[in-house]
Amino acid sequence: MRKPKRIIIREEYCMGCRLCEVYCITQHSKSKDIIKAYRGEEPRPVSGIYFEEKGFVSFALQCRHCDDAPCLEACITGAMYRDESTGMVLHDRERCVGCWMCIMACPYGVVKPDFGERKVASKCDLCIEAEFPACVEHCPNEAIVLVDEEGERIYKEAV
Amino acid sequence: MTRSRYLIIGNSTAGVAAIEAIRQVDGKGAITVVSDEDVVNYSRPLISYYLGGRVSEERMAFRDRRFYERNGVTLILGRKAEELDVEGRKVVLSDGTSLHYGKLLIATGGRPIIPPMDGLQKVREGAFTFTRLSDAKGILGYIRENEVEEAVVLGAGLIGLKATEGLVERGVKVTIVELADRILANTLDREASAILERALGDWGCKVIKEDTISRVVSSRGKVREVVLRSGRSLSAPLLVIAVGVRPNLELVEDTPISYDRGITVDEHMRTSVEDVYAAGDVAQAKDFLSGWSSVIAVWPVAFRQGKVAGWNMAGREVRYEGLFPMNSVELAGIPTISFGTTTPPEADGYEILTRRDEESYRKIVLKENRLVGAIFLGRIERAGIFSGLIRDGIDVSSFKEELLSDDFGLLVLPAEYRKHMVTGEGMEV
Repeated sequence: MRKPKRIIIREEYCMGCRLCEVYCITQHSKSKDIIKAYRGEEPRPVSGIYFEEKGFVSFALQCRHCDDAPCLEACITGAMYRDESTGMVLHDRERCVGCWMCIMACPYGVVKPDFGERKVASKCDLCIEAEFPACVEHCPNEAIVLVDEEGERIYKEAV
Repeated sequence: MTRSRYLIIGNSTAGVAAIEAIRQVDGKGAITVVSDEDVVNYSRPLISYYLGGRVSEERMAFRDRRFYERNGVTLILGRKAEELDVEGRKVVLSDGTSLHYGKLLIATGGRPIIPPMDGLQKVREGAFTFTRLSDAKGILGYIRENEVEEAVVLGAGLIGLKATEGLVERGVKVTIVELADRILANTLDREASAILERALGDWGCKVIKEDTISRVVSSRGKVREVVLRSGRSLSAPLLVIAVGVRPNLELVEDTPISYDRGITVDEHMRTSVEDVYAAGDVAQAKDFLSGWSSVIAVWPVAFRQGKVAGWNMAGREVRYEGLFPMNSVELAGIPTISFGTTTPPEADGYEILTRRDEESYRKIVLKENRLVGAIFLGRIERAGIFSGLIRDGIDVSSFKEELLSDDFGLLVLPAEYRKHMVTGEGMEV
């Protein structure tokens, strides 16, 4: 199995602006337009990020695409699957029945219920469509960065 | 006579998990899977969704059509493994075929318990159990043919209530009969049971507790009515018996393989006989919380056990760390997730934290400052973090007052644990 690219969280750099969420939602909207995503689209996509903040500490947490992912074991429909070509843990919304077994199983608590069009689970797909995660691209202080399987930084410009 | 390096009896959760695990280690060794059902692959928990019309038959599969082909699996369907000869290392099927094995996995699951009821043996139609796709199909067909408008479900556990849900979605009015004094008594605490019972009532279901069916009345072989122990009788044009399941031990009963409630296995999912493994609802394995062994018949446990069995069968030595009961179930529109011990014995050194508001109920059960159980009802976001806290045996004393807070997340966890948790996967926080 290939190891996926991963997002590294550097909480000491996070300033709590939450732009990661804004760009995540935009990237996962139909229009991919920031204003339309927020003002025109109903339902608005759920972001793949749990933003956590307490006092001066904050960070943006996404699916860790675990090697031995509990959500894959817990999924009763096969909606949650390992993409063999990238190593990522992906989620097929069409197959999902919203049983929340993945939410129960994920020790990071990064799978969200999406009560939009249909009740389904929702989580980070590392912006597979865009080839570079929008949250990382738009983080103004490099509080989240992308690395390859060797742990080497991947920059947007290089993709 | 066929010989396979790996023979798997049972094609549900644990069986499928074992196939995947074996193939991660051994790309070539022949795998044969036997199932007494005539379906290539389907997910047992989806039968209530199918009954309710929310999932089509094609969508019942949790692995695609080509899964077996891709993994080089010979699938033998619609035949039952009837005899196991551990000396000769072979399994004899219902059609007389003998299958030789190098390593055997018994993943035969559970079978429904049918309590004694007078008159049940006379019933030929209209009484069902609810664990297999054929049960759901049978019920659906029966409802349609007989224009069934009401039903009695015996048992208010997860299976009974999911059957209820499917029936309600088909417009059938359901009366649930439960021996205990509350619903979901094995899974939830009193408070959560009461909330869900009220919701079921609002949904049009009737719940009769502390009672059971003593007699079934039928005419021309069709179930018509049930008489309860209390003497009360209920019209029952359809009866679903869902009082629980027990491990399907038939195959091992006349063999030297040890079993207690289920087939007892060690930390490598090995039975007492060499090269024979067991996993899933048929297995009695290490219980993480008690340290003893028990049968925990839930999907994630079956999957993990199947995977660990598969790895070990193929030669990758992996220990099963033990798991605890965990359930996610939605009833009458209310999602509920529970872990571990939700109703601890009183005065036994447990500490209980609860929080209740209009749309949710949460309960945390601690022992010596460590999480041993939890209930999340209504709002289930981030519940999984608590499964991690149980599994990792984290001392919660430094953040106990945060456990029930709305913004509970990884941030309240001790920084060291948080970092360890994330770095454990090759990450840095």
